[in-house]
Amino acid sequence: MKSAGRIFAMVLRYVYLLRRSWPRILELIYWPAVQLILWGFISKFFVEHSSWLAQASGVLMAAVLLWDVLFRAHLGVSLAFFEEMYSRNLGHLFVSPLRVTELVGALLVISLLRTLIGISGAALLAIPLYHFSIFGLGLPLLGFFANLLVMGWSIGLLVAGMVLRYGLGAESLAWVSIFAIAPLSGIYYPVSTLPEWLQPVSWLLPSSHVFEGMRQLMFGQVMRTDLMWQAIGLNLVYLAAGTGFFLLAFHSARSNGLLLRVGE
Amino acid sequence: MNSPAIELESVSRRFGNVVAVDDVSFCVSRGTISAVLGGNGAGKTTILSMLLGLLLPSAGRLSVLGCDMQRHRYRMLHRINFSSPYVDLPQRLTVRENLSVYARLYNVRKFRQRLVQIAGQLEIEQYLDRVYGTLSAGQKTRVALAKALLNQPDVLLLDEPTASLDPETAGSMRGLLRSYQQESGATMLMASHNMLEVERLCDDVIMLRAGRVVDRGSPAGLLERYSRSTLEDVFIDVARNTFEPRAAGRAP
Repeated sequence: MKSAGRIFAMVLRYVYLLRRSWPRILELIYWPAVQLILWGFISKFFVEHSSWLAQASGVLMAAVLLWDVLFRAHLGVSLAFFEEMYSRNLGHLFVSPLRVTELVGALLVISLLRTLIGISGAALLAIPLYHFSIFGLGLPLLGFFANLLVMGWSIGLLVAGMVLRYGLGAESLAWVSIFAIAPLSGIYYPVSTLPEWLQPVSWLLPSSHVFEGMRQLMFGQVMRTDLMWQAIGLNLVYLAAGTGFFLLAFHSARSNGLLLRVGE
Repeated sequence: MNSPAIELESVSRRFGNVVAVDDVSFCVSRGTISAVLGGNGAGKTTILSMLLGLLLPSAGRLSVLGCDMQRHRYRMLHRINFSSPYVDLPQRLTVRENLSVYARLYNVRKFRQRLVQIAGQLEIEQYLDRVYGTLSAGQKTRVALAKALLNQPDVLLLDEPTASLDPETAGSMRGLLRSYQQESGATMLMASHNMLEVERLCDDVIMLRAGRVVDRGSPAGLLERYSRSTLEDVFIDVARNTFEPRAAGRAP
């Protein structure tokens, strides 16, 4: 009985934490829902277009690799920032001459390095294993890469700002946010697969333009510059919004004394 | 030229309904070591945080070396440093890596040379290549002090600078701080609960209670005014509000 009491005490400790943290509660419902939506759309598309893969082998691998650019770029920013919070180092950093914009610059650089290291290995591995080279996309690959990188940075900065504002309880947003946009980005299927009411939302994401452009290039050998420019335009807005939000969160943390109080 | 190193003018800080610092004004002269003393929640750390720009005041003005810290803190940050046992350094980096990063952030010239010098002064050479997270609390306090002295600051803000140190090491750290102050002419402001430390190290003591300055003077002056033999007794009198100092000697 004493043991049960202690177990109950510890369960209570986690329940206390959970009920004071809306991101943690959101996360409980979130993952099953996202998995269901993503794989539902993939299944729907393959049922309707069973010959699709035969027309362009490698398109799924290209999609996986490019999606990982967005994923790594985002994590590169948010995880590097979390490191400072885990080590309770923010107090030292922000009393040094380091400006918050310089910290943002450093986060973007380390994110680029982490993404290049992560993606290069996988891209090179795909050549001997699956006889697929993403470098075959040619010059447009640079455009796809840069757009997804910048979008990942923007989301990373947004998440870092949320964690700065709401504490490490919002850490799970790093995973939640990126997978929220996965079903809408048309990574493995065209945007037209989505319900009509959802398609305008999808076109608000730079990633949808990139993946659509990638499919057009691989299926029809057509480089859709219009899609590329739309992605660039949206990314400028995203990057400005992500940076602006992070700077606002920093100012708010300074106003509320949160820079010295980092925790659950 | 003889303007105060640190100046607070009618500074207040509220957290919701709680007033952490209430209309505080004081100056710290250049080249002195001063302490803010007070019980838990008296506002010591809040004042240090505002001076460092980690926290914005609700009202009032703070300046360091004549520079308004709310508006132009980046002009001054390279001349200030800070140490606190409650703010850590990255755990997975070695001591050398940590100090190198901060030396670069403070743009310390010939930083490798400076690092060796400061490591010798603080007797941390033997763990320069150890991972910071594996150090004891006392060793971490020394490393934090090394980080605080890296850029040879003109103003050093210290939150319990010898916390977690054994009495002998704490004594040698106090000696080091005192000699650094004498050699460089730096100004130090510390928040501490260690009365012995304050008595031995500080020229001036600012007593806080419930976010307000309630008294001020040299350690010897305060002992005389409260007719006490130790600063700890003065601290208890002030914290409990049980004793009024002799009016004649009271600081303005």
